Amino acid sequence: MNNAIEISVKDLDLWFGKFQALKKISIDIPKNKVTALIGPSGCGKSTFIKTLDRMNDLVDNVKITGEVVYQGRNILDSDTDVVELRKQIGMVFQKPNPFPKSIFDNVAYGPRVHGVRKKANLNEVVERSLKAAALWEEVKDRLNESALRLSGGQQQRLCIARLLAVEPEVLLMDEPASALDPIATSKIEDLIYELKKDYTIVIVTHNMQQAARVSSNTAFFYLGELVEFASTIDLFERPRDKRTEDYVTGKFG
Amino acid sequence: MFVFSQGVPFLAEAGSSFLTGSVWLPTDSFAAGAWGIFPIILGSLIVTLGAVAIGAPLGIACAVFLAEIAPPAVRRVLVPSVSALAGVPSVVYGFFALLVVVPWIRGQFGGFGTSVLACWIILSVMILPTIISISTDSMRAVPREYKEGSLAMGATSWQTIRSVLIPAASSGIVTSVILGMGRAIGETMAVLLVAGNSVTIPDSIFAPVSTLTATIALEMGYATGAHQQALFAMGVVLFVFIMILTGLANLASRRRVTF
Repeated sequence: MNNAIEISVKDLDLWFGKFQALKKISIDIPKNKVTALIGPSGCGKSTFIKTLDRMNDLVDNVKITGEVVYQGRNILDSDTDVVELRKQIGMVFQKPNPFPKSIFDNVAYGPRVHGVRKKANLNEVVERSLKAAALWEEVKDRLNESALRLSGGQQQRLCIARLLAVEPEVLLMDEPASALDPIATSKIEDLIYELKKDYTIVIVTHNMQQAARVSSNTAFFYLGELVEFASTIDLFERPRDKRTEDYVTGKFG
Repeated sequence: MFVFSQGVPFLAEAGSSFLTGSVWLPTDSFAAGAWGIFPIILGSLIVTLGAVAIGAPLGIACAVFLAEIAPPAVRRVLVPSVSALAGVPSVVYGFFALLVVVPWIRGQFGGFGTSVLACWIILSVMILPTIISISTDSMRAVPREYKEGSLAMGATSWQTIRSVLIPAASSGIVTSVILGMGRAIGETMAVLLVAGNSVTIPDSIFAPVSTLTATIALEMGYATGAHQQALFAMGVVLFVFIMILTGLANLASRRRVTF
């Protein structure tokens, strides 16, 4: 298989005011694979994933040092075009957040803000994205209904479709299934399994079974440190660090 | 109730000529056509709509600034000042306009200075606090997730404001504009000072104008008999206007948030 690196993180430190939330994180995220980030609440995994598309910019009092290299550039540099970056590295949030617009307009939102105007092109993007997000069959007859009338799981797949419409390279998912029931969760997991052929996916999850099911590599975060990063099988079955072992065997967390 | 009991019989007697006639000679005898308040209704509408046309975009722009762009420190200073502006008595605004705006118009454009334009300027300033504070609140009530979702797809902050934030806050914004319009149509004192109060259809924005509220306030002091009843009837007309506006405001705020 190819071992290309999509994002390379070196010595990343992050402070919220005086509190250091991430300590010397170094990790190479492989291309076209699913990388899972696990760890107990407050371990910094969500903060870390938000650093990858600069969503931490929205928070006051954040200080970040270190390097996050994507396509040969350190995206933490102040001259990074954040808008362009977020087009290529998209994010799905914990809580489904479709806009209070129609299903069609939700998916068409990204292409529209990036300048696609022609109805025929939009139709095509919307259909392709909804198909890729395994939602097309369920909504094709009601594209003009409000997205808020969809179920939670459908809303989350809609958010994924909305993101795919922008044609990113990397998908960041911050606990995408934690607000969903088991059936909706398994649909999202199937979808992640499909999407990894074409995208690099980084997924934060509380759920270790989920990490084991969907990912090829897993990183274990604890108290702001990256304790261990290995192939998912190794991390769960042959953890090298005592803390990892305690966590994956359920002694704490 | 009292206004209605005094005004409605007059409305019935004078009929539609009261609303459509354009000659207002209240101190003359009760002659047909001399009770036409059409210029006054039109004056009220021109003054109100113009003030809203100026004040609404300004107010919404200020609200976007306060809700999204201003740093917290600036917001802490500006938000209370905007509320304070809403509490200034209207006669103070009127007096300011009479001393500053009216002479300025007279100097720049000629005429008396007391004019449609003067009313627009002072009323648009007076309705700003209403529009700003309600619009700001409704924008700040838009869930953070919408904004994050939009930014995470590579939309710029301006695109996010325009395509997500303002539409999601639209019911609050529309409500604020309608309430501002209600304040503008009901405003008496400031308008009375700067309008010129001539019962004619203004032929330019520098011409004097009269409004329902200012006319009632000015003439009620000396009106007797039919004249007094005519003023009550004008009150009825004003009341109907305001009911319509309030109804619209309710509709707008109850409308489901979709866009």
